[in-house]
Amino acid sequence: MASKGPTIVVCMKQVPKAQELQVDPVTQTLKRVGVPSEINPPDANALEFALQLKDKHGGEVVVISMGPPVFDQALERAISMGADRAYLLTDRLLGGSDTVPTAYALTETIKKVGRFDLVLCGEETTDASTGHVGPGIAGHLDIPQITYVSSLEIVEGKVRGERHVEDGFEVWEVPMPCLATVNFLSNKPREPTLTGKIRVKRGGVITHWSAAEVGLDVGKIGLKNSPTIVSKVDTIKLPPRKGKVHRGPVREAVAAMLRDLEADGVLP
Amino acid sequence: MTSYHLVRDKTQYHGVWVFLEQRNGTLRDVSQQLIGEGRRLADRLKVELCGVLPGRDVQEVAKTAIEYGVDRVYSVEDSRLAAYTSRPYTKVMAELIVRHKPEIVLFGASKNGRDLGGRLHAVIETGLAADCVKFDLDAEGNLDMIRPSFGGKSLAHILCKQHRPQMASARPNVFRPPTRQPGRQGEIVRESVPLTDADVDARIVEFREFKGHQAQKIEESPVLVAGGFGVGNPKNFGLLGELAAELGGSVAASRKAVDAGWVPKDYQVGQTGKTVRPKLYVAVGISGAVQHLAGMQESETIVAVNSDPKASIWDVADYGVVGDLFEVLPEMVRQLKMRPKAVAGGVTAGPPSVAVEALPAGR
Repeated sequence: MASKGPTIVVCMKQVPKAQELQVDPVTQTLKRVGVPSEINPPDANALEFALQLKDKHGGEVVVISMGPPVFDQALERAISMGADRAYLLTDRLLGGSDTVPTAYALTETIKKVGRFDLVLCGEETTDASTGHVGPGIAGHLDIPQITYVSSLEIVEGKVRGERHVEDGFEVWEVPMPCLATVNFLSNKPREPTLTGKIRVKRGGVITHWSAAEVGLDVGKIGLKNSPTIVSKVDTIKLPPRKGKVHRGPVREAVAAMLRDLEADGVLP
Repeated sequence: MTSYHLVRDKTQYHGVWVFLEQRNGTLRDVSQQLIGEGRRLADRLKVELCGVLPGRDVQEVAKTAIEYGVDRVYSVEDSRLAAYTSRPYTKVMAELIVRHKPEIVLFGASKNGRDLGGRLHAVIETGLAADCVKFDLDAEGNLDMIRPSFGGKSLAHILCKQHRPQMASARPNVFRPPTRQPGRQGEIVRESVPLTDADVDARIVEFREFKGHQAQKIEESPVLVAGGFGVGNPKNFGLLGELAAELGGSVAASRKAVDAGWVPKDYQVGQTGKTVRPKLYVAVGISGAVQHLAGMQESETIVAVNSDPKASIWDVADYGVVGDLFEVLPEMVRQLKMRPKAVAGGVTAGPPSVAVEALPAGR
């Protein structure tokens, strides 16, 4: 690594844009078709860190994803931002995979990409919000992990990450190869470059792999081989709100509102 | 890491386990909350509640866990476990699960709990549901793991029918901690898990405890006065602080205010911040994006102060004043100061400054 810089693999997912999250009333699943989507926002922060490390140390940035061919859009954006290579693991056999087959399948995809020094993931996805896949990959690869990092640097061949935990900041240091998961909003992902856009426009920047090409055991992937199932989905019934809004002169409006709050017993 | 071969016959798995998280000999809040919920599930299943406690010099923590309701603590003492790091903790959990075959393993959905659960569930190949807010049992005795999905718009019920153990993390501050029963008896079993220096691949080179923040965490405060982008600058948050002081609460913020650098990250309410459900939530200059609402919509009473009568925050508000916050907030503080103060009496759930008796009628 010392001479030619690190190889950094960034795992990413394409998700519906946050404000577009809609549940299909019939299937009770997330509407994904015809909904504007984007790179899962924390994954974009992971990609930005990867590109920053490449700017500083050289090497290359490889992006991978798993999902339907439409996920090309996210990978193309990553290329246009400066990633060097992109691979999409796409196969109907993977449909319905929970985090167990997903971590396994992405692990095998990373192995097929070849030598790597650092794997980066977003802290979690905005559509499933588990945060389990990154640490799962680290477990399968049997490499060190640093989760929830808000800054990341390579110091003397080791990766240092600052992680936010509930009671403070920790700085972890681990040898490479290793995996880190990156906090949402920990940096500002760059805009696509002209060179990057041209690369995408020329086409052929994304390699598709099937489950067989990656060498996946079909007995370990897909809905059937996922330990968890979603048995049902309830719509949240929120408490009804009173919606009593006061307008007009501030003094009277505030007095009226405080009387209401007093009557409800919520004032000290 | 060695691969772990779990017995697939699920009838061999018994008991409810909770992962006990500690720092420097103190049991974390989230673990106390977990013990309460684990106790409830163990009682329903008529099985034991066990806690797994890796660490160094943790016998006092083990006793504390028993006083909160654990029947048996499996403690694993090793200097390599003094602070949480992923690999050795994962090894301990995996070894003990293979050894004792629990049917349910619960983690707090803290950063470390999720770090551990994520790595562990992959290497032992079993199901893990993240960030659950409710647990139940289905007709066959499977754990019904209930978690918010799709940005808090619905609740998904997750089952892990064939694999054991069934694992889940529980969202912090959703489950109430049980009452500690001093002197409650239980068993402490010291387990040995062979660890070597090679198992320690991460070094914590620095730890800075959060300081200089509010004395009370926002998720524990009975009253929150939260500011959004409309507050305009960090100095104006002082107005919110004055109101919070009058109401016996704390200041919180929307992501926009945090992103702008006006207040620290631990003030943030919402999908990427904290989920709160105070008795009273006052939203000041907050438009009410769905991501913000996801973090506060379960508050008992919601008050909005906003100059925009069309802001989404009004959809969830019980009361509010449409107006300029720089006029409304000082007026609220002034009128609250003039209020005759009630005399505190009896046991209060809130901080000592909060009085509970109602004011005389006829105000």
